Amino acid sequence: MKHAMKLVPQGDREIVVTRTFDAPRELVFEAFTRPELVKRWMLGPEGWSMPVCTIELRPGGKSRYEWAHTNRKTSMGLTATFKEIVAPERIVHTEKFDEDWTGGETTITTIFTEKAGKTTMTMTIVYASAATRDMVMKSGMEQGMSTSYDRLDGLLEK
Amino acid sequence: MQAAYLDATFAALSDPTRRAIVARLARGEASVMELARPFDMSQPAISKHIKVLEQAGLVSRGLDAQRRPCRLETKPLAQATSWLEHQRELFAARFDALDAVLEEMKAERRPKKRVREGVRQGGHK
Repeated sequence: MKHAMKLVPQGDREIVVTRTFDAPRELVFEAFTRPELVKRWMLGPEGWSMPVCTIELRPGGKSRYEWAHTNRKTSMGLTATFKEIVAPERIVHTEKFDEDWTGGETTITTIFTEKAGKTTMTMTIVYASAATRDMVMKSGMEQGMSTSYDRLDGLLEK
Repeated sequence: MQAAYLDATFAALSDPTRRAIVARLARGEASVMELARPFDMSQPAISKHIKVLEQAGLVSRGLDAQRRPCRLETKPLAQATSWLEHQRELFAARFDALDAVLEEMKAERRPKKRVREGVRQGGHK
């Protein structure tokens, strides 16, 4: 079953994303940290694949994610640095796109809590500036949100 | 996409007055005087906001010497919002894909003889 994703603002630079998965947290943690698994779900937009995924799972370790367009010769890349790893419950890392879309480094804390065999992921994203965060929320409220709810309705009807 | 370009877009739109100006211009071009009217602000104050929007490439000014109408330039705005919407949609799509990966991981880890009966019909979508 698909659970709904929630995305809410917190403070002036943060966004909190929550999503529940029907699996124990050891599995979810693995799916977040093993490159061969990450490659299968950390998708780019349609028409993009993820040819590069390397993860150095230790504090100070770096991860590299690269997406490439299947037809055009374009690619985009993201480098992350782990700050804290407590398997299977908590990951803190910073990340930055090669083309710095977010106007500076983003800090992400991902927490996995398990209840009755289901895992809830809580991802707190701290943007470099309030302006970037506000744009994310503003765009979400006005456009993305209704699309998400429409899709949720579709799912619930099934 | 240029990072500095987006930074300027975000900074320009972080102000409520400038967002209101952009919203007004989305309905059509307007002079500074027309833009100042709904706000409790002087024309120079509004001009300052327009200058910020101009520098971010969000607004251009017409050549008409008298009015110099302000016009919305949608390209930087479209770039910024398409990336941001894209972020949200990507998150949602990724977690849906992760559901499928987790289902497979669960199936793989079940004791061998129970794998078959463990696969639910239509469990993936």
